Amino acid sequence: MTEKVFNGIAAAGGIAIGPAYLYHPQGFSVSRRNLRSEELSGELERYQSSLKKTRAQIAEMEEKMQEKLGKEHAAIFQAHQVVLDDPLFMEEIPNSIQTRRLNAEFLLVEALDKFKAVMESLEDGYFRERGGDIQDVSNRLLRNLAGGEKDDLKKLDREVVLVAVDLAPSDTVSMSTDTVKGFCTDIGGRTSHVAIVARSLGLPAVLGMKTITAEIQEGDMVIVDGNKGLVVVNPLPQTLKQYERLKESYEAFQKSLEELKALPATTPDGHRVTLAANIEIPQELDELERHGAEGIGLFRTEFLFMNREEIPTEEEQYEAYKELATKTGVNPAILRTLDLGGDKFLSHLNPYQESNPFLGLRAIRLCLKRPDIFKPQLRAILRAGAHGPIKIMFPMISTLSEIRESKIILNMCVQDLKREGLVFRSGIEIGAMIEIPSAAIIADLLIQEVDFLSIGTNDLIQYTLAVDRVNESVAYLYDPANPAILRLIKMTVDACHKAGKWVGMCGEMAGDPVFIPLLLGMGLDELSVSVSVIPEIKKVIRMMPYDISVKIAQAALQMKTSDEVLKLIRDNVPSELKAILF
Amino acid sequence: MKVTEKMAIINKLGLHLRAAAELVKVANKFKSHIMIHHGIQNINAKSLMGIMTLAAAKGTEIEFVADGEDAKDAIAALRQLLANKFGEKE
Repeated sequence: MTEKVFNGIAAAGGIAIGPAYLYHPQGFSVSRRNLRSEELSGELERYQSSLKKTRAQIAEMEEKMQEKLGKEHAAIFQAHQVVLDDPLFMEEIPNSIQTRRLNAEFLLVEALDKFKAVMESLEDGYFRERGGDIQDVSNRLLRNLAGGEKDDLKKLDREVVLVAVDLAPSDTVSMSTDTVKGFCTDIGGRTSHVAIVARSLGLPAVLGMKTITAEIQEGDMVIVDGNKGLVVVNPLPQTLKQYERLKESYEAFQKSLEELKALPATTPDGHRVTLAANIEIPQELDELERHGAEGIGLFRTEFLFMNREEIPTEEEQYEAYKELATKTGVNPAILRTLDLGGDKFLSHLNPYQESNPFLGLRAIRLCLKRPDIFKPQLRAILRAGAHGPIKIMFPMISTLSEIRESKIILNMCVQDLKREGLVFRSGIEIGAMIEIPSAAIIADLLIQEVDFLSIGTNDLIQYTLAVDRVNESVAYLYDPANPAILRLIKMTVDACHKAGKWVGMCGEMAGDPVFIPLLLGMGLDELSVSVSVIPEIKKVIRMMPYDISVKIAQAALQMKTSDEVLKLIRDNVPSELKAILF
Repeated sequence: MKVTEKMAIINKLGLHLRAAAELVKVANKFKSHIMIHHGIQNINAKSLMGIMTLAAAKGTEIEFVADGEDAKDAIAALRQLLANKFGEKE
């Protein structure tokens, strides 16, 4: 075996060494298999029974959808049944099994590839996209052929390096750091969902490797170097030894950062900011203390809604939020209401086919349209607030009336809880996220309605620069230092301070050490970052004099390009900090 | 018996998945072999996947060719389906 080295995007720091585990979230991998004549009838039977099972599953989904949203939404499943009536499924594949003596999966995928090629050649984008329904039905059939078992990360019982095409939120939710030591994927970039999860769990990750799933075999020894963005497959003994040493020194460095945990996030000249944690999945709550987080600046609630068919009940949500309220102690925890839609898509919550999901029915828009989802969550949060200092934050606010409507619904929940005699947190603090340019521009109006604002830079950058952050061909536009972004941040901060209220930032920008000097100077009161980077950010804050930051921020707002902004930071930070940052 | 007739797609969304599924359901009620001609394409009207590759938007004219004992009835049923916009509002 020869050692091979592959390049990708360094998405989460650290080094992982271990055997590869090839993860197929679809639960099937398709290979071509020649059948012996005595196998033919069995194969036909297997195909027919999978077809039958697929029909039954679709009928069940139709029934569920009809109960939930009515006949019109359920009609799509009838169309899915008609897909299975197609001569391709009814005649061609069974015939080919007998004449070509090949396995059903292979024949199905082969036929689908031909169909896809035709669909992709269509000029009409609308019809081109509709091929997705055919794919959906076919995937279901393929899964049933494979035995219907979904590859489950929860079942892993040994330490592995995960290798996958991509990891969806539903995959990362069931991942444990006891078994998964690091991962590499074919697609994804620094700001994709998996990257965020990897950093918050402290797992080394290299993403966007394009073909890594084809290069690695199950069980190959793999090194993931998340610092340099390299993956070494079947390393030579000397390479392995070298990486074991690197891993040790990296972990020692991380440990030295943890010694900062009891110290406050204060600049050398006495300016204090709050350094809080972003929490994506409950496993991270146990990391808060070890990393010295001062509360939670963003608690994402989406995990509760994933990997399931039903919307979680109020009681179930209450238990989860109560755990949060108890674990956060005296520090406040800001709970963000449901932010589904966009890349975190749940078919049962959003049956509307959207061609622009990021500009569609997402987050607060979905919640305001669906009080049956919104109210149980608000009630659960209010009730959990009785156990600890919880605050509420509304995502994706684009207009003032969205805040007002949300407050009206919140107030209705308060009145209901009172009437029912249930214990809840009265006078709960509420905030709005600034992640759409329109919200930043009217921050002075929004802050009149709430207690605080928190800037979500990932979406703010995406929407301001009109850049899809997961699209590699335009990713270069995704730039936190862009002067337009800096102006929107400044407007938001000034509006809050003028109203005598506080403002935070919970986007990835706050977790990038390079921008800390700038953000301190702009006057952000709270920075909320992935748990694992808290020590590093604190170290930078404790080395960065506030008076210099203010000058950097003032000058940065006069800069014309992001290169000028970065140069300004580099030229003005103290030299010992420069050595760490650049 | 062989019956041929040209018809226009008049519903707003054209022959999208649901409309195509309705078309297949109607075609399947008849024993006749039914083909759809459009440009150089020649598609089995009982194949939803085939119809999807037509990408027929509103205003497209397609030609049905039914061949069989109930060809006349099949064409009449299809004519009615298209005129009714596949049961869609617009």
